[in-house]
Amino acid sequence: MKHKDRDKRTEIRLAGEGGQGMILAGIILAEAAAIYDGKNAVQTQSYGPEARGGTSKSEVVISEEAIDYPKVISADILVATSQEACDKYTGLMARGGLLIVDKDQVGRVLVHQAVRAPISRLAAEVVGQPITANVVALGVLVGLSGVVSREAIEKAVLARAPRGTEEINRAALAVGFAEAARIAGG
Amino acid sequence: MTARLMQGNEAVGWGALAAGCRFYAGYPITPSTEIAEMLSRELPKLGGKFIQMEDEIASLAACIGASVGGLKALTATSGPGFSLMQEHIGYAAMVEVPCVIVDVQRLGPSTGQPTSPSQGDVMQARWGAHGDHPIIALSPTSVRQAFDLTVQAFNFSEQYRTPVILLLDEVIAHMREKVELPAPDAVRVVDREITRVPSEWYLPYGDALSDVPPMASFGMGYRYHVTGLFHDPAGYPTQRLDEIGPWIERVFRKIERNLADIVLVEEDGTDAANTIVVAYGATARSAQHAVKLARGQRAKVGLVTLLTIWPFAEEVIERVAHMARRIVVPEMNLGQLALEVERIAGRRKVVRVNRANGEMVTPMMILEAIEGK
Amino acid sequence: MSQDEHSAYNYLRHTKKFPNVWCSGCGIGIVMSALIRAVDRIGLAKDDVAVVSGIGCTGRMPVYLDFNTMHTTHGRALAFATGLKFARPGLTVIVIMGDGDALAIGGNHFIHAARRNIGLTAIVVDNSIYGMTGGQHSPTTPLGSRATTAPYGNIEPPFPVCELAAAAGATFVARSTVYHAVELDRYIEQAIRKNGFSLVEAVSYCHTTFGRLNKLGPAVDMMRRLKENSVTKSAAEKLSPEQRAGVIVRGVFCDEDRPEYTALYDEVIQRAQEGAGAAVRTTGGLG
Repeated sequence: MKHKDRDKRTEIRLAGEGGQGMILAGIILAEAAAIYDGKNAVQTQSYGPEARGGTSKSEVVISEEAIDYPKVISADILVATSQEACDKYTGLMARGGLLIVDKDQVGRVLVHQAVRAPISRLAAEVVGQPITANVVALGVLVGLSGVVSREAIEKAVLARAPRGTEEINRAALAVGFAEAARIAGG
Repeated sequence: MTARLMQGNEAVGWGALAAGCRFYAGYPITPSTEIAEMLSRELPKLGGKFIQMEDEIASLAACIGASVGGLKALTATSGPGFSLMQEHIGYAAMVEVPCVIVDVQRLGPSTGQPTSPSQGDVMQARWGAHGDHPIIALSPTSVRQAFDLTVQAFNFSEQYRTPVILLLDEVIAHMREKVELPAPDAVRVVDREITRVPSEWYLPYGDALSDVPPMASFGMGYRYHVTGLFHDPAGYPTQRLDEIGPWIERVFRKIERNLADIVLVEEDGTDAANTIVVAYGATARSAQHAVKLARGQRAKVGLVTLLTIWPFAEEVIERVAHMARRIVVPEMNLGQLALEVERIAGRRKVVRVNRANGEMVTPMMILEAIEGK
Repeated sequence: MSQDEHSAYNYLRHTKKFPNVWCSGCGIGIVMSALIRAVDRIGLAKDDVAVVSGIGCTGRMPVYLDFNTMHTTHGRALAFATGLKFARPGLTVIVIMGDGDALAIGGNHFIHAARRNIGLTAIVVDNSIYGMTGGQHSPTTPLGSRATTAPYGNIEPPFPVCELAAAAGATFVARSTVYHAVELDRYIEQAIRKNGFSLVEAVSYCHTTFGRLNKLGPAVDMMRRLKENSVTKSAAEKLSPEQRAGVIVRGVFCDEDRPEYTALYDEVIQRAQEGAGAAVRTTGGLG
């Protein structure tokens, strides 16, 4: 039987190590959906007591309707930026879900359909700022899934960007979109 | 206000400000700290006062002192800090000074799991302080409700001269949801009744028609005594049985006479159900999902969401228990409010669904209980 | 002298039943009258004075005083008073505590109130013992003294109350005894006038418990010991360390001017209202 209203809610899980910005990425994605696309969105997180290190996970549920259960039941999309996160959450995905891994951080993936994107390398080498990896990941995620509109994610990223970093964040998002286009095209 | 993505803790802060809170004293503790951070920034903008105290005991003490000085006061904490506050919750009940205590429940006992949710403080909220005293405790199920029930907590506190506990859980506290907050002038705000009699006639604990004697703030010209000892209508310590007994009766009466106002419950499809789910806090969100799925299977299931935890919604539970065959009580603890449901439900079957490992009760767990698996 | 000519008369609650709870011969009443004389001398209106206490024999003092009075919980009087003073900076807030109250269960609040330099006047009536509970040793019980919980003699060194307050940040600190009532009046007056955290240690005695357990005689003998066993600060400087041991040193130990907490917070309000606080962003905040 169905355990969730599949056609009504989209569940996204972003997981990695503490400090990689996955929680913030989840907040931005939820803001894109809720504020700029006018849908409903709920973001939750779980993390250890420490600010850096440890596994950290951010969950976003997006729906046209009111959202009851705020957590992911079975992720339609998983973004994993560490091996531990990938190992832990791949098995908890919905059938046919989209798995995106940072291929520089994740060597072993247990399923065939995974999208392997060089997220942290793109952030470091193309954008020129390793700290923008979470925004690159959002670009790949939105570019491949269309879970929120491109306009919405761009507005949400820029609204959260500290003053003076708007351009670098815009560039990081564009790099993510380009990578998504390359993956979809190839 | 336009739509924003907001955390439950932040909504508590905005709710407090909208309710007229102008004093906060607290001590940092996960997962409640965002409330303190937010109010340290926003209170002084309104001329309000924020102070970080040396511990949670001092925090609630400072709130009570400020409330006696005439300001609406808030403190926020979590499990270990809530344990430390118990003596002063009893003091506030005894001296009938309004104040609001937010407890963001995290997994315990002891340090437990500071970043994981729980509903393990439900009984402590009722019985944590020694001695008999009434208490009001509310628990929101969404970010918007965190705002609304914070306002409500202040209103009850001011109206009934009693400490009010707002029980959040880590899920509601840290969850970000799309909310649109009401404009400040659209929020109904209740202020404590201030005495109008001349100071020489003033009895701080004198019998009032409503059982809630009007207050006077220190510095207003009414010099009176506040004490945690049993006191007479003038506020002076007493050992007289004919003064202690009526005091106890009055402070309970002031709540019991107003249950219709205080007990906030949401009912969904309870009139034609043979199974009832009784839930509160974040767990109510799991219950909503489970009920929706169960109704998809044509199950006749109703949902009671308790927004007021204490005083317990005896009348509602009695009514729905009368009609239902089974009552499902999911909680992020090993069965606390289920004890109350069982007390009221009599011989009806009460099925507990419990999880106390730092994860939410899932819709599936509740669905299985509804289906009797 | 008729009743209403007595300076204390107008400051007592006549609807509250007297006599008080204290044993006859107790020193706490002397501190209460010193407090009244100090308030009277400054000319404060009764409506503008609050007296806050904790639990213990000393904690019972406020109920007799015709001010805004608050009898709180054990050890926490300073925390309640901090909230009251912060909410109503115009009030003169006097906090009256015993030694166990202020320094054992309330020790943390004591040092932090001093550190904040919030405008409270703290008076510690130091009788070296827990009186109300029947004579247990306290943080100021002298080494070797007997108490009901130190039947073989106390092995814990006592806190030097004034030195502790000064080190923690109090801006006025003084010590006298209940024998030296005129001096006590003056110190309490100075303490109230200080805009900052001030402390007066009023050394008293408990003939009912401490005196009996340590065979120090009745109240009169204990009062005499305060006279004979105390010296002024300047006289103490002339004594050798051996001679000074066990002697009560009276005087003002600290008198400084530093910004007071509620005044500093007024500046915080001003900065917030001018929009200077926006630089600190918290997660999920409006920024």
